[in-house]
Amino acid sequence: MKLSNTVDNFEGFTWKREINVRDFIQHNYTPYEGDESFLAGPTANTTALWDKLSEMFKVEREKGLYDVETRLPQSVTTYGAGYIDKDKEVVVGLQTDAPLKRGIFPKGGVRMVENALKAYGYELDAWTKEIYTKYRKTHNEGVFSAYTADVRAARSSHIITGLPDAYGRGRIIGDYRRVPLYGVNNLIEERQRFMERLDIQEMTDDCIRQREEVTEQINALKELIKLGEIYGFDLTRPAQNAREAVQYLYLAYLAAIKDQDGAAMSVGRVSTFLDIYIERDLQAGTLTEEEAQELIDQFVMKLRIVRFLRTPEYNALFSGDPVWVTESIGGMGIDGRTMVTKTSFRILHTLTNLGPAPEPNLTVLWSTRLPQTWKDYCAKMSIATSAIQYENDDLMRPDFGDDYGIACCVSPMKIGKQMQFFGARANLAKCLLYAINGGRDEISGKQVSPIFTPITSEYLEYDEVMEKFEQMMRWLSKVYCNALRIIHYMHDKYSYEALEMALHDGDVIRTRASGIAGLSIVTDSLAAIKFGKVKVVRDERGLAVDFIQEGSYVPFGNNDDNTDAIALMVTEKFMEYMRQHDTYRNSIPTQSLLTITSNVVYGKHTGNTPCGRRSGTPFAPGANPMNGRDTKGAVASLASVAKLPFHHSHDGISYTWAISPATLGKDKGQQVENLVNLMDGYFTPDGGQHLNVNVFDRDLLYDAMEHPEKYPQLTIRVSGYAVNFIKLTREQQLDVISRTISSCC
Amino acid sequence: MSDQPIIGRIHSFESMGTVDGPGLRFVTFLQGCPMRCQFCHNPDTWEIGGEAKHLFTPEQLMKEVRKYKNFIKSGGVTCTGGEPLVQAEFVEAFFKLCHAEGLHTALDTAGAVWNEAARRAAAEADLILFDVKTVDDTLHKSYIGVSRKNNAAFLDYLLDIRKPVWIRHVVVPGITDRDDRLHAVGAYLEKYASIIERIEVLPYHIMGSYKYESMGMKYPLEGVEPLSRERADNAVRIFREHLDVKVVG
Repeated sequence: MKLSNTVDNFEGFTWKREINVRDFIQHNYTPYEGDESFLAGPTANTTALWDKLSEMFKVEREKGLYDVETRLPQSVTTYGAGYIDKDKEVVVGLQTDAPLKRGIFPKGGVRMVENALKAYGYELDAWTKEIYTKYRKTHNEGVFSAYTADVRAARSSHIITGLPDAYGRGRIIGDYRRVPLYGVNNLIEERQRFMERLDIQEMTDDCIRQREEVTEQINALKELIKLGEIYGFDLTRPAQNAREAVQYLYLAYLAAIKDQDGAAMSVGRVSTFLDIYIERDLQAGTLTEEEAQELIDQFVMKLRIVRFLRTPEYNALFSGDPVWVTESIGGMGIDGRTMVTKTSFRILHTLTNLGPAPEPNLTVLWSTRLPQTWKDYCAKMSIATSAIQYENDDLMRPDFGDDYGIACCVSPMKIGKQMQFFGARANLAKCLLYAINGGRDEISGKQVSPIFTPITSEYLEYDEVMEKFEQMMRWLSKVYCNALRIIHYMHDKYSYEALEMALHDGDVIRTRASGIAGLSIVTDSLAAIKFGKVKVVRDERGLAVDFIQEGSYVPFGNNDDNTDAIALMVTEKFMEYMRQHDTYRNSIPTQSLLTITSNVVYGKHTGNTPCGRRSGTPFAPGANPMNGRDTKGAVASLASVAKLPFHHSHDGISYTWAISPATLGKDKGQQVENLVNLMDGYFTPDGGQHLNVNVFDRDLLYDAMEHPEKYPQLTIRVSGYAVNFIKLTREQQLDVISRTISSCC
Repeated sequence: MSDQPIIGRIHSFESMGTVDGPGLRFVTFLQGCPMRCQFCHNPDTWEIGGEAKHLFTPEQLMKEVRKYKNFIKSGGVTCTGGEPLVQAEFVEAFFKLCHAEGLHTALDTAGAVWNEAARRAAAEADLILFDVKTVDDTLHKSYIGVSRKNNAAFLDYLLDIRKPVWIRHVVVPGITDRDDRLHAVGAYLEKYASIIERIEVLPYHIMGSYKYESMGMKYPLEGVEPLSRERADNAVRIFREHLDVKVVG
């Protein structure tokens, strides 16, 4: 079939006959191999808008939030038009009726909304509360009505934590580009045709559910048209120029964040797509470089003010108000052309024009074959702002093609074709302690797993520990998989992401993404047991509560093949146990080595570990080696992490790295050169998957702790996202400082 | 050379060397040094006969280096110390293995050893990071603990064999920070301008002082403050007056 109304003066054939954004991009984009000298500064309007917001940020920081809804549940069309300063805005649309005002999503859980409001001194409207208590069930309630006793026990003892049972699961990226490219009418028609395919002989549960979902999707698309009307745009037809393309794309994304408050609401891979429209208008003389930059600056400004209301428990896990508006930039095409365009530069240039900021989560897809000019520019911007993360395009492209994006921190997915059921993570360090203690919690003493025989010897024997650790991982994976089935069943039922899923193919690939926390602790502990000598200290309850090192071992992060092999083995084994279980909606099991900022909370709830870590000490974030245990320098730790197996951790392997400028190189030029070489060395086709790059001095961070008012925009990368340093808790600030590599000897 | 394998006595490694030669480098710290520089921040590398953390053949060290090849392709390896020329045969053999695999080699030395093996190791290196401590013979003896003779002879040798050199000069307040002494070093280096690619002014810092304490030794420069930015810039300026090469500091 031919889609109606597509803009005919673009090249290509297939994309005009089916929904196929990649085909459109490949036929129309212009790779850019030059440098950043063409970039324009901010317009007066952009600066005025940002200044106005910056004043509001101060109030927000003091109060915890700027303003919040207390009555109306959020939906795509709950609110009328809202502006920062209408006459100055070239990209319009707000989540609610005023900037920084947070909406409420009681369908996820009314208790959470109530508690979050209370935490900031607000009261949920009585009638709204009654609706969602008496008349309408929520996701949170659904999950807890089905949880088993062992899931509850695992959850409350923190061996499985961060589960999306009390917040939206997120990690779904709508293909927001479809709206400007095709117009919503085409998308509705396509979805109606898909519905006809779901008319089969026997109406199975699956088919019924899917028919209901498709109807929801079509309704959501109709709502999106209304949202366009609210702001004066006709979204039924394709965008005709760059202004419309940016605006339509943003409105599609805006509809998603009005519809859902998922933990990570990533935007996808939009800059090279938008560049096609911008480049065409520039060629036609209907747009100047200043105007192009103004569009991108103001689009990014909107992405910087995405806000959700969160509970204090949520903030403890995911610190600093992140929303993971992840934008994946650059990379290489399958045909060998770079996918870097001038708009890749323009989007990073917002860090200069507006100053650094944690959102959007700017994610550069790195390949050793990227243009040198682009590599240098990225390194330069990283050194100046610490706001960029990097992910290995050469590693992911073979599996995900050249139109994937990163959801949240490190999770790659084909845009519009793939979604995931997010599953937080299991605490494998605690699991190892359970193996030693027969399933009793080392802190509470409670029997959490079924009763296993504990280890009773004075010294730990590697073979015995491994045997019991495997039994415990097997038990843990079962409980974990069941928890995830329940959560996602209920999420689909009570809080379905209709708008985001309307911007996916009908036949979507689903993954189930579990995760591991504490990999470096488990690795070091097992290495200490295997290569050193570890004596157990038991308390009066007979619980192993401390460990004495009587030998030495080489910790993870020193590029030692013997120790690193343990990390690989644990990653693979846990993944294998997770693969043994049936999954919700036949989703493909994947896992990540990622903790977000919950490494601090995990540490708090985990006792002394055989590696020598003290009870309560934070875990290393993600796949990071434990702090202070590397003796061979930073490249050795990069090399250790690069060995971790992506095929057993297909949802990403996060590594957060912080270094002082002086350690990186003697002058700016050398620093850029060294950083580029580091990334080229780390991101080989079978190398590391992710790298957060931070370049700052410890002294700067100490000063920011003492004088936060001087550093309103100081941005740092934590595990998979960026935050305003001054928004972190003191504990987390100290954790970040302790990880900064700084030596000049 | 005998059939006995050469064993390198190694103090430690730094996989992310960014300050010892061009680009990213794998740096090997060799154990043992005949000098006793008062400002030294690695006194734990001094002892020549004592225990070393790692005992490696050149092949074993090469095997370790290979693990970092992706990172150091456009940088290379650096041998430092200690005074690496104390183990010149090991350095030479190791550099030969590096060259067989296309890696750039740098030798960080003060030329404190003057013999055939030392000269051969230096000749094998692609770049010499050459320490000039002071050109004042009397001061050299007290401040460095040995005579300046070998140091001076070595730089002459490097000029003879046209070996590219980066000069490194530590500037210590009250000692080498004096303008007359900086000018004296600058004037001395003029003769070697044709092999000098750059001069690195190394501002004195006190980050090594804790090591003296933990080793039960008295810190010789107790009470001397780190060099100020202004004085480091001053040293750079003075060297630039003498030589038309890149001076950093």
